[in-house]
Amino acid sequence: MVLRLRERADLWSLLMPPTIWALHFLFCYLVAAVTCARLGGVTLTKPNPGASFASLESFQPWVIGGTAVALALIAISAWQAWRHSGFGLEDPPHDAATPEDRQRFLGYATLLLSALSFVSVIFIALPAFLILDCR
Amino acid sequence: MSETDHKTRREAQEERLNKVWASKPGWRYWSAVNNTEVGVWYTVTSFAFFLFAGVLALLMRAQLAVPENDLLSPGLYNQAFTLHGTAMMFLFAVPIFEAVSILMLPTMLGARDLPFPRLSAFGYWCFLIGGVFVCGSIFFNAAPDAGWFMYPPLTTDPKLTGIGADIWLLGLSFIEVASIAAAVELIVGVLKCRPPGMRINMMPLYCWYVLIVGGMILFAFPPLIAGDILFELERLADWPFFDPARGGDPLLWQHLFWIFGHPEVYVVFLPSIALMAMIIPTFAGRPIVGYSWIVLAAVGTGFLSFGLWVHHMFTTGLPAISLGFFSAASEAVAIPTGVQIFVFLATMLAGRVRMSLPMLFASGSLAIFVIGGLTGVMVAIAPFDWQAHDSYFVVAHLHYVLIGGMLMPLFAGAYYYMPLATGKKLSDRLGRWVFWLMFAGFNIAFLPMHFTGLRGMPRRVFTYPGDIGLDWLNLVSTVGAYIFAAGVVLFTWDCVFGIRRRKNTGANPWEGGTMEWISPLPAPDYGIRSVPEVSSRYPLWDQPELAREVAEGRWYLADAEEGKRETLVTSVLDGKPLQCLRVPGNSFMPMICAILIGTSFIGTAFHFYWSSLVVGLAGVFGIMVWLWHGTAMIPETDSKDIGRGMRLPLYVSGTQSVGWWAMFITMFGDMTAFASLVFGYFYYWTIHQQFPPLGLDGLPRGPGLVWPALALLLLAGAWGAMLLARARNSAGSATGLRLSLVSSAVLALASAAAMLWAPWQAGLQPTDHAYDGIVWVLLLWTALHLVLGVLMQAYCLARSLAGKLTTRWDIDIRNVVLFWHFAGITGLTTIAVVTLVPLLA
Repeated sequence: MVLRLRERADLWSLLMPPTIWALHFLFCYLVAAVTCARLGGVTLTKPNPGASFASLESFQPWVIGGTAVALALIAISAWQAWRHSGFGLEDPPHDAATPEDRQRFLGYATLLLSALSFVSVIFIALPAFLILDCR
Repeated sequence: MSETDHKTRREAQEERLNKVWASKPGWRYWSAVNNTEVGVWYTVTSFAFFLFAGVLALLMRAQLAVPENDLLSPGLYNQAFTLHGTAMMFLFAVPIFEAVSILMLPTMLGARDLPFPRLSAFGYWCFLIGGVFVCGSIFFNAAPDAGWFMYPPLTTDPKLTGIGADIWLLGLSFIEVASIAAAVELIVGVLKCRPPGMRINMMPLYCWYVLIVGGMILFAFPPLIAGDILFELERLADWPFFDPARGGDPLLWQHLFWIFGHPEVYVVFLPSIALMAMIIPTFAGRPIVGYSWIVLAAVGTGFLSFGLWVHHMFTTGLPAISLGFFSAASEAVAIPTGVQIFVFLATMLAGRVRMSLPMLFASGSLAIFVIGGLTGVMVAIAPFDWQAHDSYFVVAHLHYVLIGGMLMPLFAGAYYYMPLATGKKLSDRLGRWVFWLMFAGFNIAFLPMHFTGLRGMPRRVFTYPGDIGLDWLNLVSTVGAYIFAAGVVLFTWDCVFGIRRRKNTGANPWEGGTMEWISPLPAPDYGIRSVPEVSSRYPLWDQPELAREVAEGRWYLADAEEGKRETLVTSVLDGKPLQCLRVPGNSFMPMICAILIGTSFIGTAFHFYWSSLVVGLAGVFGIMVWLWHGTAMIPETDSKDIGRGMRLPLYVSGTQSVGWWAMFITMFGDMTAFASLVFGYFYYWTIHQQFPPLGLDGLPRGPGLVWPALALLLLAGAWGAMLLARARNSAGSATGLRLSLVSSAVLALASAAAMLWAPWQAGLQPTDHAYDGIVWVLLLWTALHLVLGVLMQAYCLARSLAGKLTTRWDIDIRNVVLFWHFAGITGLTTIAVVTLVPLLA
């Protein structure tokens, strides 16, 4: 529904970039949480020192891969939005009661969302390069 | 036709419209379902809960004014702060958004009403009953007392908490159902009930926010409902979901609570910002600068707000890498939030600002909110949060955010929109007093809390020792809180008494540009006189003749010849007229159903299980009666002329109908709750080295293969039979429809039975281990959906036998088949999870 290229902009294409962000976020969080939990993280049922030094190095390639895919998808979404918005030749506010302006508005808003999602994906990926074990 | 004839005709039309939309006199007034009545009740009730929660806050501040105070007992203090937070969030902040939206949205959209007025009324009565139940408990010394987030294990022990936790869980679950109902109503309203020509690029910004917030409610509230189910099962039946000794984990509750709780902050913040997005262009005298940027901000915040929940759990010992992700997202959300503020500033700079009371509140709120936002960026940094967590610094931060971001804009909105609701303005002179009392009082109360917090004062303590540097800061806070309260009291006085003495304002008192100001004030019950074609974001500024034409009834639906309540349904993107929708009129059924279902929730809290079940079933039956008489009504003719020669159908089904959309959206929320339960299952998987735990035979426990597989097969059969039922109905065979419905129901019940037999025969004891419990919960959830599906099938069968469901009039069967798609997916997922995980282990 959301991850699809289309000729005409609609509400689904508007939601595409932030949805990719959300999937990337979930991916990073779940992979990291599961890695740390399964590699002998903190168990709640038995006494333990409370910290796990399990290394996260094996986890980094996953984040790199996931982030690359997410950024590529957002770039595709941005390119599509650029096309919908009229290749930057049409200035906002896109407020006329015409199908063209509706299309341009949706394209422009999607383009802005792509930029936000792009930056946010990078934000989310950063901790994986700064924190190297499960402490 | 002469001018007099025109006038006579118009007056006759107005009389008919008035008659159709009027509320009944006397006690039957309370059967009203029209948005103008329900919206006002909703607003007044949630404001009353705000005052109640405010009084609790004042009691707490009085207790904390001096060290070693004994005004409130520790127990009562615990109840006061728990109920203060609970009522402010669940009974004021979220409901007031729904209230204001129900009241205002139709006027902004030039619609007569929202598509499901009785659902709004039902939501209101649920809210009232649940709210009174939860708040009333404090008068019996039985209120919840463990904080508004109810962390286990403090709260899972019934001996420790008494009945308070049950009241919280059941009362609020009941209200959450009402919130989801309102979200469905508002989303469908924004998408399908706009005036002709109002394309998606021309919607008032308020509508964008409502759309986003409605979507957020669908993803945020169901996880809490799922959490409530697990929690209540632990308290009432000893299923150990949060008990580490038996494989549970208290952190799972924190996850489910904050997956709800953090987006909820934005659920209350965005609608208030939406009010600012309506107010600022009016007083800047120009369209908003950067409409698309506001859409970016609303959508972006809506999404990012779901990546923040763990920042409430920074000190729980999660791995730093997890904290890192949530810290990053918490910083990222500052970007779209900041964008909105810059858009408002740019609009004010680009226009010529007329200073007025609403603008005063709007600017005050920006100032307060920015401070709250900055401390937010501070506590989003995990190491800082470790120091400030659970201290008064956080209390200061959250109040700056909520009062700056939610309450002050709401007051701005109240001053701005009061003429729309009552036809009169609030006092300008008193309003300035209100503002300065609130603004000054707020800062005097909460600014010192930053310092009390940094000096080490923890939250939720009923007193503190003297001479450790907290005395005078607390005293100042208390004085500020009372000054703030004086502002609120003055405002309330003006709303209740002062306003009666003031004159009517006439139409469009603020010279706004959006549709809500098009009608004369006070607006008649039917709302807009005729539904125009809109061709601008600010039609009152850009289409100067529009108001006159609308008032003269020259546009669509200017009449109600058939004596039915009608509104227009248009297409999602382009606002093309699709249908003239007949909406149901006044009825006591929503109130009766809410009372029955509310009673069953309340009865469960007091452990009257069987009577609760009976009353609950009566409520379900009541809902069916309501649906029978109020939905999918067969019109006397296929289509009608709505004016200007436009003919629209009166009955559409399938993806075109609003009912189908409502079912789709509701089931989306339902799937979120289900996904949260599945999340619970896999959460246990991650924390246990051996999962599922081993049984007596040394093999992983599980419900086995045979019975779940059989359940799945039967479910597939039931699902297929529903598709067949729809196909037979479309082919014109009523017998085929009925036979398919009956066979589907038999298969579904057999599937549900096999589903529950599976864990039973495998000897899974839900009280033994969280694993057994979560398997039971997943299977019970699915079986319950199948039983619900069977009820819907019975309803369709009855409709078919009564001649209300035919090949031409097929809304019911199409919507029920849609339900079955979701039930089928739920069943497939459940069976796959509960059988495959033990196999793989």
